[in-house]
Amino acid sequence: MTERRRITGTPKLKIELPVPVGACQGCQHGSVGRIIWEVLEELELGENTIWIGGVTCGTMNAFLSDLDAVGPVPHGRAPDIGSAMKRLLGKETIIITYQGDGDAIAIGTESLIQAAARAERITVFMANNANYGTTGGQMAPTTLMEQRTTTTPQGRGMVEGFPINTAELVAQLRGTAYSARGAITSPANYQRTKKYVKKALQKQIDDIGFSFVEILSACPPNWGKKPVDCLKWIDDEMISQYPLGEFRDLESLN
Amino acid sequence: MNERIFVNGNEAVGWGALAADCRAFFGYPITPQNEVTEWFAREFPKRGRIFIQTSSETASINWLYGGACVGARVMTSTSSPGWALMQETISHMVNTEVPCVVVLVQRGGPGQGTTRHAQMDYASATWGGGHGGYKNIVLTPASAQEVHDLMQLAFYLADKYCNPVIVLSDGIIGTMMEPIALREINFNSLPEKDWALRGKGRRKDGQRRLLSSGQGLIPTSRNPNYLTLLHTLHNKFQQMAAHEIRYEASLLEDAELVLVAFGYAARASLQAMNWARAEGIKVGMIRPITVWPFPSQIVKEEAEKGVKFLVVEDNLGQMVMDVKMASEGKAAIYLVSALDRHEAMEGGAIYPEKVLEKIKELTAS
Repeated sequence: MTERRRITGTPKLKIELPVPVGACQGCQHGSVGRIIWEVLEELELGENTIWIGGVTCGTMNAFLSDLDAVGPVPHGRAPDIGSAMKRLLGKETIIITYQGDGDAIAIGTESLIQAAARAERITVFMANNANYGTTGGQMAPTTLMEQRTTTTPQGRGMVEGFPINTAELVAQLRGTAYSARGAITSPANYQRTKKYVKKALQKQIDDIGFSFVEILSACPPNWGKKPVDCLKWIDDEMISQYPLGEFRDLESLN
Repeated sequence: MNERIFVNGNEAVGWGALAADCRAFFGYPITPQNEVTEWFAREFPKRGRIFIQTSSETASINWLYGGACVGARVMTSTSSPGWALMQETISHMVNTEVPCVVVLVQRGGPGQGTTRHAQMDYASATWGGGHGGYKNIVLTPASAQEVHDLMQLAFYLADKYCNPVIVLSDGIIGTMMEPIALREINFNSLPEKDWALRGKGRRKDGQRRLLSSGQGLIPTSRNPNYLTLLHTLHNKFQQMAAHEIRYEASLLEDAELVLVAFGYAARASLQAMNWARAEGIKVGMIRPITVWPFPSQIVKEEAEKGVKFLVVEDNLGQMVMDVKMASEGKAAIYLVSALDRHEAMEGGAIYPEKVLEKIKELTAS
């Protein structure tokens, strides 16, 4: 534990491993985190960023990067917490939240929607893996119709109702400057998602409004699939419910 | 400067917070504390401070969490149903070891209960209302002036212990108008908040800071494991209990009956005590100013002298349990409660007449 091992990055923004990381094989939280770290480094934001980790397996990302960070914060409430930080510290400080889909759009719906409506100058990253990963694979608001989880053993149906398309929903709000959805199932998708992440952070730097990026993210053990089959499932099944692309991209709010 | 103004107990919250250099208020409307929120909306922005009306009490307390993490003096105010909604994050703030001040202007319950005064959240406030068995210092003002002064103490104690502090008011203290003196209270200096998050580039050592409400689960430099965390918190609660007890004792020297009351019930009890003394009845009073930590020692000492206690509180009997524990079975304890309100509708309150009646009943020989 005392020996810190550098796993990636440059001297500007060290990515370190101060705690044991229990990520499963094929989990994409690490890759999603890496995209954000790469962008933070390219934009030279490491000195003035605060990273807020929601309640998600990916909250570990808050501890890996060499940034000021807090996490896990109360479930779903990262946008409230980030809003207070931004208001108190001002424009120079970059606030990012890293949340899961259960965190952001089930228990945290109020927090997310209200932050967007207030045009809060923060950036929310939501990894969408269509289930509650940390607790062992229960249904999430993002679970696909007919998808089996430990709490929808027969598949999601009309007892549970429909999944929520968060990026499109957030894009409807007047305070949102940017909303997009990416995936990381191929090098091309990785680069496209990285572009979304960069644009989202640029909206915050430019003080335009709220910014949001949803990233489809594999969860092999809870999906009961091999890592490579997870990528195929995202491409074949998830993207038809959750299309990739930008849903809002404004230079100023009206 | 000792400017005097005429305000109610809710507005005194604002003046006290200003004197304590509070930087931000995050709140949601709820009766009977709306004058607090409206005071901050009116007075804070023009002084370059932050007022935000949040989307719920759950949101309010999480705004506080964020503000506390960056090291600012921040506060919220609410009434009983909103207090219930805040519990999860208050517990998280205790784990994270960050300070904040929450003002609770109590109203009647359970449920929607009434929108008027009551003292029914004593147990919830003093025993750590949320999950996980924590403690917060709980200060209870009995006048507008004391609201103003205790607000400053609350911010000081929150920073001193890096823990939330609760100011337990009620609908009568909040809406009762009284003259107050605006005065800044000087406290001992506190260490700089070196732990606060603000981006590592703003820090002399250039090193990052990490906060977590998962201390115990996530190893931090302060608490590498769960048992260390429990020791840290236990020691902190013991320090609070050892050093922060405050109370006001009146006419105990020859008292045969001792009233124990806080908040508005203490004002009614004070009147009753003065009337009883005028008739030569030997009655005194202990008014806890901290209800956690509770002034157990003075209660115990009085119990050993052989007095009777009359607890006066506008609920079904909550503080009376603390008096029972403190007296260790050595005194007879009686209660004037919400059942003794002067009328049946929500405007009913504990009147001094009722307390006097009970005093006479208990001291008749």
